Amino acid sequence: MEFSFPILSMITLSPLLVAVIILMLPEERGENARMLGLAAMVFGLVLSLWMYITYYINLEDVSGVLWEDTLMFMETYEWLPSIGINYIVGVDGLSATLVLLTAFVGVGGVLISWSVPDRPREFFAFFMLLVAGVHGVFVAVDAFLLFFFYELAVLPMYVMIVMWGWKERREYAGMKLTLYLLIGSFISFIAFLVLYFTPLADGSTIGTFDLRAWAEVDFPVQAQIIWFMPLFLGFAILSGLWPFHNWSPDGHVAAPTAVSMIHAGVLMKLGAYASMRVGIQILPIGAVYWFPFVILLTLINVVYGSLIAMRQRDMKYMIGYSSVSHMGLVSMGFAAMNVEGFVGAGIQMVSHGIMTALFFAIVGMIYDRAHSRNMDELSGMRHVLPLPTFAFVLSGLVSMGMPGLSGFIAEFPIFMGVWRGRGINIEGTFGGLNPADFYSIVAIMSALGIIITAAYVLRAINDVFLGEYEPEKWHDMRPIMAIDKVVLISFGACLVIIGLFPGVIAPMIESGVTPVVERLNDAQLQDPFTVLEAVNNVTTDLLAWFGGA
Amino acid sequence: MDDLTTENLLLNFLIYFPLLAGFVVLLLPSEEKNLIRRLSLIFSLVPMVPVLMLWFAYDRVDAGMQFQMMMPWFETIGANYHIGVDGVSLAMMLLTAILTPLAILASFNVEERPRVFMFLFLVLQTAMFGLFASLDLIIFFIFWEFGLVPMYFLIKFWGGKDRDYASFKFFIYTMAGSLGLLLSIQVMGLSMGTFDIPELMRLWPNAEPTLPVVGLDTGTVKMLAYFAFLIAFAIKIPVWPFHTWLPDAHTQAPTAGSMILAGVLLKLGAYGFLRLVVPLFPAWAYQTAGLLATLGMLSVVLGGFAAYGQWDFKRLVAYSSINHMGFVVLGIAVYAYVYGYAFANQGMVPGEQLTGDAILATSGAVLQMFNHGLSAAAMFFMVGVIYERAHTRDLKKFGGIWAVMPMFGALLIFASMASLGLPGLNGFVSEFMIVRGVFGAGFLIQIGLSMIGLLMTGAYILKGIGEVLHGPLKPEWKDLTDMTLREHLVMWPLMILILSLGVWPRWLLAIINDTVSHWF
Repeated sequence: MEFSFPILSMITLSPLLVAVIILMLPEERGENARMLGLAAMVFGLVLSLWMYITYYINLEDVSGVLWEDTLMFMETYEWLPSIGINYIVGVDGLSATLVLLTAFVGVGGVLISWSVPDRPREFFAFFMLLVAGVHGVFVAVDAFLLFFFYELAVLPMYVMIVMWGWKERREYAGMKLTLYLLIGSFISFIAFLVLYFTPLADGSTIGTFDLRAWAEVDFPVQAQIIWFMPLFLGFAILSGLWPFHNWSPDGHVAAPTAVSMIHAGVLMKLGAYASMRVGIQILPIGAVYWFPFVILLTLINVVYGSLIAMRQRDMKYMIGYSSVSHMGLVSMGFAAMNVEGFVGAGIQMVSHGIMTALFFAIVGMIYDRAHSRNMDELSGMRHVLPLPTFAFVLSGLVSMGMPGLSGFIAEFPIFMGVWRGRGINIEGTFGGLNPADFYSIVAIMSALGIIITAAYVLRAINDVFLGEYEPEKWHDMRPIMAIDKVVLISFGACLVIIGLFPGVIAPMIESGVTPVVERLNDAQLQDPFTVLEAVNNVTTDLLAWFGGA
Repeated sequence: MDDLTTENLLLNFLIYFPLLAGFVVLLLPSEEKNLIRRLSLIFSLVPMVPVLMLWFAYDRVDAGMQFQMMMPWFETIGANYHIGVDGVSLAMMLLTAILTPLAILASFNVEERPRVFMFLFLVLQTAMFGLFASLDLIIFFIFWEFGLVPMYFLIKFWGGKDRDYASFKFFIYTMAGSLGLLLSIQVMGLSMGTFDIPELMRLWPNAEPTLPVVGLDTGTVKMLAYFAFLIAFAIKIPVWPFHTWLPDAHTQAPTAGSMILAGVLLKLGAYGFLRLVVPLFPAWAYQTAGLLATLGMLSVVLGGFAAYGQWDFKRLVAYSSINHMGFVVLGIAVYAYVYGYAFANQGMVPGEQLTGDAILATSGAVLQMFNHGLSAAAMFFMVGVIYERAHTRDLKKFGGIWAVMPMFGALLIFASMASLGLPGLNGFVSEFMIVRGVFGAGFLIQIGLSMIGLLMTGAYILKGIGEVLHGPLKPEWKDLTDMTLREHLVMWPLMILILSLGVWPRWLLAIINDTVSHWF
């Protein structure tokens, strides 16, 4: 489909432009920064909504088993054609949904930080940069562009945490987050470059960064098996896969509210999205080989994450760890390797994005007023903050997977996918692990996470919002502003709408993940290697390349 | 999708009207407490109209699922929005439609945030109606779990002094119980390719030895899934030994909450047995029918003894619920035995005599569900009436109340007699039917032993009446005022229904009986 209007570039680059304009404002007019920021975000939201609806209407025309066929709103400009790097953007069903999510959370983030006291100009400029980076990753079809925007999203995170974050932890957390993410993307990038130079079956190399070509090419089995883990894990770090989740709760806690919202709401989805689009789609055989092992990590994510969340007394840490637990479900959906799992994972990304953003918005409101996030100190908040209480209960119910809300719509297919994943019989996967042996056990055990989640969410509601209210204890207590209400109500409404009418989002996501699932289905693990054999082969090849051996 | 009939629309209206009405109530200004109360009462009465219209439109000759509607809901996993009703669900809907307005009327004296209170009640009504109408496992599960939330907050906000513990226990207990249900639903739906209950009733009992898609051994899955279903619903009924959440929840819940909890929510568990557990796992149901009957008997006996041992009036009534619901389980055991007979015995059909007994016992169980709904609501309300005045429920502190509250005394005796199963009142009819049916099906030991429980019923009811009403009037109670008009208005509809079912049960039993006969 041809669309002459460069809608994706507009969505992605308009925040960048606004960031520049904001920085050029004279310092005494810093107040105007937020208006400009809001204008840019609303502009992006309107465009993304239009884009989403257009895609939804044309869903039947753009569905297919090839990723290329599902892309819409393509734009192609030459950039560095000699090495195969071009500016190519486009969206499939999943990324269209995630772009909309980003735009939505972006508006929420600006509204929540409406009264940032300290250097608002710089704050909003960096925020714009962050949103632009996130949008860019979702729309990028060229791998180089994807990595470019990926780094672009991490940089403002660091600055914003260190400058506007929670004073006690911000340097540490900002540094930790940045190092983790940069090392992760570095690992992925190395794996990507290796594959770029890996000879294919006909002896040539791929010679382009266009992911559409990558999505159809079959890399040699041994390269897939070796390089899948680096490629996948590098991105999966950003989605909080255990044991590389550690940066995430610290980052959440230290970040200012709006950044936490973007961070948990969207940034972690960036990792999941990229690990799927780049990791799984490019190396399906590697995925099939490693996923029976990866699913064990995701199981730890889900159960251990929720157990750790239960131990927390700081609200932000609790939500941070619950994010780890919920993002584990996303990776688990991928590791199920079938359409239910992937659709569930996609819906979970959206559901968790909205839910966690809402959580952090509420915690931010409480912290602004009580100057504490300690659940032992807080109590009776419902007397002063009735709407936030309602919203917190709602997102709490979503996070425990209450039927009728979006969390259930996401978790149910994921678990179904894991059950079905048991049906695939692949001999000789990682260390001889056969999915048939334990996928059903994984499904049963991860369901325990639901109960633990229910327990800590109920306890948090009980400690913070219910109970006695002591007016003399809080000197800065005031009702929330009207714009805060807008955020709470619109976010809450989304959770309910997705929960009651999954049809508004599920077909989009299904269309977006179908190409990846098809790649996985076609991935036959002929003549499987063990890891040691594969490493041995590669070493021999490398030595031969250097002229030795 | 077929065109929607008027009845489809009525059914949907019935389910979702209370929810919408709840949001309307939430929008009212919070100072207008009387407006909130009256409007909520009117809103909760509205569903009575569509229930009665459906009741009279129901074709009793056909007696199957009627007014069905089906539309795609979540196509990726194959879940449809499929609803419909038969005689049993209509009876339960009628019970819900009767009890909710009465519970709301009973809580007119709630002074603390009546707006949220009424909202939660109306949401609860939607969850209950939806559950009784759903014919898709996922839709069923949604309403099943969703009913938890309003009840949790009702106990949590308006409960007694141990409400935190009780509400938490209630929530986690039920949620943990339904975890197995959730997982089983997934496996069943995935392997059979549908979540539709009537479809599954056809496909699932006849599944191949190895389940398609998931590739698990059918026998093992069926066994695990059967017990998962069993436990989920047994917790809700509650059957001994899964009952421990109930006395805590009841004791702490506000009066209206207890009325609905005992009146309708416990029936959800029994309804799950009738609609899902037995039809989906007939062979296992047949094999475990004896166990079910034993558990039912233990509920009757131990519930009776436990009730007799209580000195908290509300706890006594709570344990009496376990005692009475035990009879429902006994009836269900016969249903399980006879329904599964053909599946377990290579298609051998049970004899006519046996089928007759099963119809009797099953109809009796459904009627007992209805009856217990009425009498338990009445009992809990009476406990609430005296608690509001005396601020204690300790039986040792009461005595001679009849002298100062004669109307209260009379009505309490009436409600107690209904609970006792006095002939001429409703409980007698259904308990007699169950006992007769269970006897015919041959669970002689169980039914014989459960007579001890019946004896205990008499004992604890008389203990309750005696400690509260009789004896010398203690001086601290001499200023108690008798029941108000509002309280009378709650009790009289219940008493009329109790009496009508005692003398002429046919008006209700006919529709139940037709549907139940259709099952076998």
